[in-house]
Amino acid sequence: MKKLLKVGWDTLSSPSGYYSLGFLVLGGFVAGIIFWGGFNTALEVTNTEEFCISCHEMENNVYEELKTTIHFTNRSGVRATCPDCHVPHKWTDKIARKMQASKEVWAKLWGTINTREKFQAHRRELAEHEWARLKANDSLECRNCHNFDFMDFTEQSQRAAKQHSGALAKGEKTCIDCHKGIAHQLPDMKGVEGW
Amino acid sequence: MRSVIVRKAIKLVSSALIMSGILFSYVATGTEKEVATLRDTTKIAEQKEPNIIPKVINKDIRQGRNYPMQPPVIPHTIRSYEVNQYNNKCMSCHSRQLTEESQAPMVSVTHYMNRDGNFLAEISPRRYFCNQCHVPQLDAKPLVGNTFIDMHSLMKQKTSQDNQE
Repeated sequence: MKKLLKVGWDTLSSPSGYYSLGFLVLGGFVAGIIFWGGFNTALEVTNTEEFCISCHEMENNVYEELKTTIHFTNRSGVRATCPDCHVPHKWTDKIARKMQASKEVWAKLWGTINTREKFQAHRRELAEHEWARLKANDSLECRNCHNFDFMDFTEQSQRAAKQHSGALAKGEKTCIDCHKGIAHQLPDMKGVEGW
Repeated sequence: MRSVIVRKAIKLVSSALIMSGILFSYVATGTEKEVATLRDTTKIAEQKEPNIIPKVINKDIRQGRNYPMQPPVIPHTIRSYEVNQYNNKCMSCHSRQLTEESQAPMVSVTHYMNRDGNFLAEISPRRYFCNQCHVPQLDAKPLVGNTFIDMHSLMKQKTSQDNQE
């Protein structure tokens, strides 16, 4: 084993005796494009709704619930897909979230939420993760589409205008503080602030 | 003694049944011309163009009662408000401890009483499902008119008449 490692290291650390420098540089460049492109393409595939609902846990629970909400069907036909709200759009944050998601693969393998009953039992915990994430980043995924600067309070109902021009404008509250359960059903809300 | 009561009861029930039968046939023929069904006079084999779906009134302005003891109507939209075994979204504004913050009308004290008149800390299970009685209103033309005048206005009218005489 030690010998094998030494041979590998010697090969990598000694200069090439056969290929030209130009070939190595260009070859490395092309290989880099292929690997990087491939990596990003694979990443984007995992960032589609089809990928999310290819697991029955997602399709039968959260996706079915989303279908009845305004984020799925509405007058203008703009709709939010799973990654729009659940995956950060900035690259570094996205990679961090994808690394976290490896734990979700583990849960999938063990069937942690593979029935409706198990899912319901875990719903509060899962919801709390999302609330915490959106609270920490000031509801960034909401704000990717809903821009506070361009909100017309006169177009809102009185109650909405009061909250948005008050607590939200002052930064005391963020979207998720009030708008919980807008895209999926709520867990048991016992003890949650404002309930 | 007992058989007399039973006989009386049978008599009463049967006469009530006959009366309701007469009343029902009268109502059925009487309203046929005035109020049409959603199909109007569309023939059985044809499909009617559906009516336009009216919008929910969302003005947050409280409305008067339309009949005696009507539960107050909801003057705002309640789309996707969950009221189920886990949550009651209505109570996140209308419950006693949250009305100060929300400025929403407080749920009446009767809703905290059980059937024996004892007060509970939380809303009584028999009053839990708000939509059983309280409903939002649609911005639609009423199918039938309403001439309801509440007792308070009636009393006022009467006293003003009495004063004139």
